[in-house]
Amino acid sequence: MKTCLVVDDSKVIRKVARHILETLDFEVREAGDGREALDSCLAEAPDVILLDWNMPVMSGMDFLRALKDSGIARRPKVVFCTTENGMAYIRAAIEAGADEYVMKPFDRETLESKLQIVGVA
Amino acid sequence: MHFPGTTLAASSSAMTIISALLEQRTGQQIAANRAWRIETALKPLLREKGLASLDQLVAQLVVTRTGELGDQVVDALLNQETSFFRDSAVLDMIADATKMIQAEAAGRKVRIWSSGCSTGQEPLSLAMLFDERGMGEGASAPEIVATDVSPAALARARAGHFSQFEIQRGLPVRRMMTWFDGNGGDWAAKPELLRRIQFRQHNLTADAPPPGKFDVVLCRNVMLYFSPDVRRDVFAILAAAIRPNGLLVLGAGETVIGLTDRFRPCDQYRGAYRAVEAAPAKRAAFG
Ligand SMILES: C[S@@+](CC[C@H](N)C(=O)[O-])C[C@H]1O[C@@H](n2cnc3c(N)ncnc32)[C@H](O)[C@@H]1O
Repeated sequence: MKTCLVVDDSKVIRKVARHILETLDFEVREAGDGREALDSCLAEAPDVILLDWNMPVMSGMDFLRALKDSGIARRPKVVFCTTENGMAYIRAAIEAGADEYVMKPFDRETLESKLQIVGVA
Repeated sequence: MHFPGTTLAASSSAMTIISALLEQRTGQQIAANRAWRIETALKPLLREKGLASLDQLVAQLVVTRTGELGDQVVDALLNQETSFFRDSAVLDMIADATKMIQAEAAGRKVRIWSSGCSTGQEPLSLAMLFDERGMGEGASAPEIVATDVSPAALARARAGHFSQFEIQRGLPVRRMMTWFDGNGGDWAAKPELLRRIQFRQHNLTADAPPPGKFDVVLCRNVMLYFSPDVRRDVFAILAAAIRPNGLLVLGAGETVIGLTDRFRPCDQYRGAYRAVEAAPAKRAAFG
C-alpha cells in the first residue's frame, strides 16, 4: 500500500482528501503545516505528498525548500494542492521542485489523474 | 421498443421517437437499461425551452422545420466524455508509429484522422506528443484532421477553451504550462498548438470520409453503442480511408474481432489494427 501525507491547515480539506485517497487504496497521514510535514517525512518518507500553499508556521513553498535541504534519502513525489490557480503560482511551484499541481476545488477524478501522472496511483 | 422503469410522465412513445432520432442521426443506440439517461440528459434543454415534458419536446420536434431543435436533442444525448492523454500508453504508441511511418514516407505528409474527437482533447494530446518527438511544425509535422458529428463539441474543440476540471484530467502540469494560457477556471490552448489541427464536422454513419488516405485513424470510444450492422459498415468506410499498411486505433476494450474482416490486430503496434484488402467477391464455381 502506498502512503500519502496530506499537508493542509484545514481539517475539512484533510478529511476530504483522506476520504478520496482511502478509496484509491492509500494509507493516509496528515500534517497541519509545513513544519509538521517535515518532521513526518524525516521520521518516515511517504510515497507522495499533497501540499497546500498557504499555511501557518511553515508554508508549502518553504516546506519544499526545507525538504530539498534535508538530504532525505528517498524524496517523495510532491503534488501541490491549492486554491492558487494562476500560471505564475504554478510555475513557481514547479520550479521549486513540485512534481504536479492540483487547483482546488478538486474531485476524485482530478486527484486520481494527477496521482497517476506522478506514477503512484 | 419498450422502456421499462421510466420515471417521469414521459410516454414510451416519446422515448421511442427520441431514441430513433438519435440513432438515425448518429447510429448511436440507447439500450433499454440506459433509457433513464434520456430524461436526465434532456432536462437542461427542456428547462431552456420552457417545455414541461419529453412529450412536449417531441411535439415541438414534429412541428419545427429548422432541425435546430433536433440538433440540440442529439447533442444532449451524445456521450462526449473524453480527457487529455486518455489511455496515454496508446497515444505514445501512436506517436512512435507516426514517427516510423514518417521516416519511411519520404517527402509526403503523414496524415492522422481523429474521428469522434469530441471537445478536442484527443487531437490536442497528439499534437503535443508529435511536438515532443520533433514533429511539431514544418515539413515533418503530420497533418491532423479531427472530426465529430456534434456541432457543439466541435465548436468547443475549435475554440480550445477548457474548464479547470477538464484541464486537470490527464494533462501533466508541465505540458499545461507549455501549451496553455490561463487563469483559474478558463484555460486556452495556444494558437500555435490549435492551428496544427483541422476540425471538421463529420458523421461516421452518413458522410464520405474526409478526402485523401490516412496513415493512422483513431476511432476511440465512439462505436460502443453502434449496432453490429452499423459497426461493420463503419469499419468498411474506415478501411477504405486508410493507406495500405496504415493503422486503426480503437478505445480500450473495443475490438474488431468478430465484427469485421477488414482489419486484423497489428503485431508491430500492440493494440492497433491493420487494414486488410477487401475480400474479392466470391467467384462462381464453373466445375
Ligand atoms: C465518448 S466520446 C470519445 C472522444 C474521444 N475519441 C476519446 O476517446 O476520448 C465519443 C464522441 O463520438 C461522437 N460521435 C458519436 N456518434 C458519431 C458519429 N456517428 N459520427 C461521428 N462522431 C460521432 C460523439 O459526439 C462524441 O464526441
